[in-house]
Amino acid sequence: MSERSKHFWAGVRAEIPLLIGVFPFGMIYGALALNAGLSRTASQMMSSIVFAGSAQFITAQLVRDSAPGFVIVLSIAVLNLRHMLYSASLAPYLASLSTRWKVLLSYLLTDEAYAPTIIRYEKEGISPYAHWFLFGAGLSLWSVWQVSTALGILLGAAIPASWPLDFALPLTFIAMLVPVLKNHPAIAAALSAGLVALVAYSLPYKLGLILAALVGIAVGTLLEGTS
Amino acid sequence: MNIWLVMLLGGLITFGLRFSLIYLLAEGRFHIPETLRRALHYVPPAVLSALIFPELFLKEGMLHLSLGNFRLLAGLVAIVVAGFSKNTLITIIAGMIALFLLELFL
Repeated sequence: MSERSKHFWAGVRAEIPLLIGVFPFGMIYGALALNAGLSRTASQMMSSIVFAGSAQFITAQLVRDSAPGFVIVLSIAVLNLRHMLYSASLAPYLASLSTRWKVLLSYLLTDEAYAPTIIRYEKEGISPYAHWFLFGAGLSLWSVWQVSTALGILLGAAIPASWPLDFALPLTFIAMLVPVLKNHPAIAAALSAGLVALVAYSLPYKLGLILAALVGIAVGTLLEGTS
Repeated sequence: MNIWLVMLLGGLITFGLRFSLIYLLAEGRFHIPETLRRALHYVPPAVLSALIFPELFLKEGMLHLSLGNFRLLAGLVAIVVAGFSKNTLITIIAGMIALFLLELFL
């Protein structure tokens, strides 16, 4: 197997557990978007045009509430601000790539593609084909997102709400979090971010998540500076 | 505003945010200060934790601290399993089984 496909398939493999959690999300999105009054085509196309789970859920909800267009666009922008953090975090590892690659990988850069990728890059460092890992993770997530959206649209509201498959998503994040808690600053970063996320949960547009992340990052950085 | 225009603008902004620093930092238009470089190491624990906590501790937006919070208990099981196994799939399976058993028997 070439270096390229080795990295690509490693990315796909790392993404598989996340896909299990994402699949029901995609289906629920498809069903909800249709239910909110979006056409089948618009519901499906949003999954490739916007390609950001939580932003798509908010959009469906705001369409149902007949919110004005600029409110929806602004909500998407605020909700996806966290992607700038991912962008900054991956930038050093993707610096040598062509603009074409950067465009493609940026389009595929979701929460679920970022998480396994940064863990891998921090562990293994940069190698000439390392970007194929992100491509594999991102492309597999993209494909599953399109298929699950389509299935959700097809099945409509027929998915039993009692299926707790969505719990696989936080479980996956737990599996990723625990191994990076290697020192006191990292543990403090995680705990402070978690607590702020709880306290600030009711802030609109998922601002609580952004605030929590920033506090956690600040706490970790400051503690590392003093120890 | 037409829904297609909303989606197009939303998509462009989302892409722009994802592309922004990958492009700017790499083109050398500005350099990452040492503090920011250090801070970036704490993005994964902070973001992951900020996504996990509300899923485990909140129910319909309210703090739910009791033995009746099965997601929290199953999450704690998953944390222990993750610590020992360092394996994503085993952690998910353990957490799902824990949730399933708690809902079945309690």
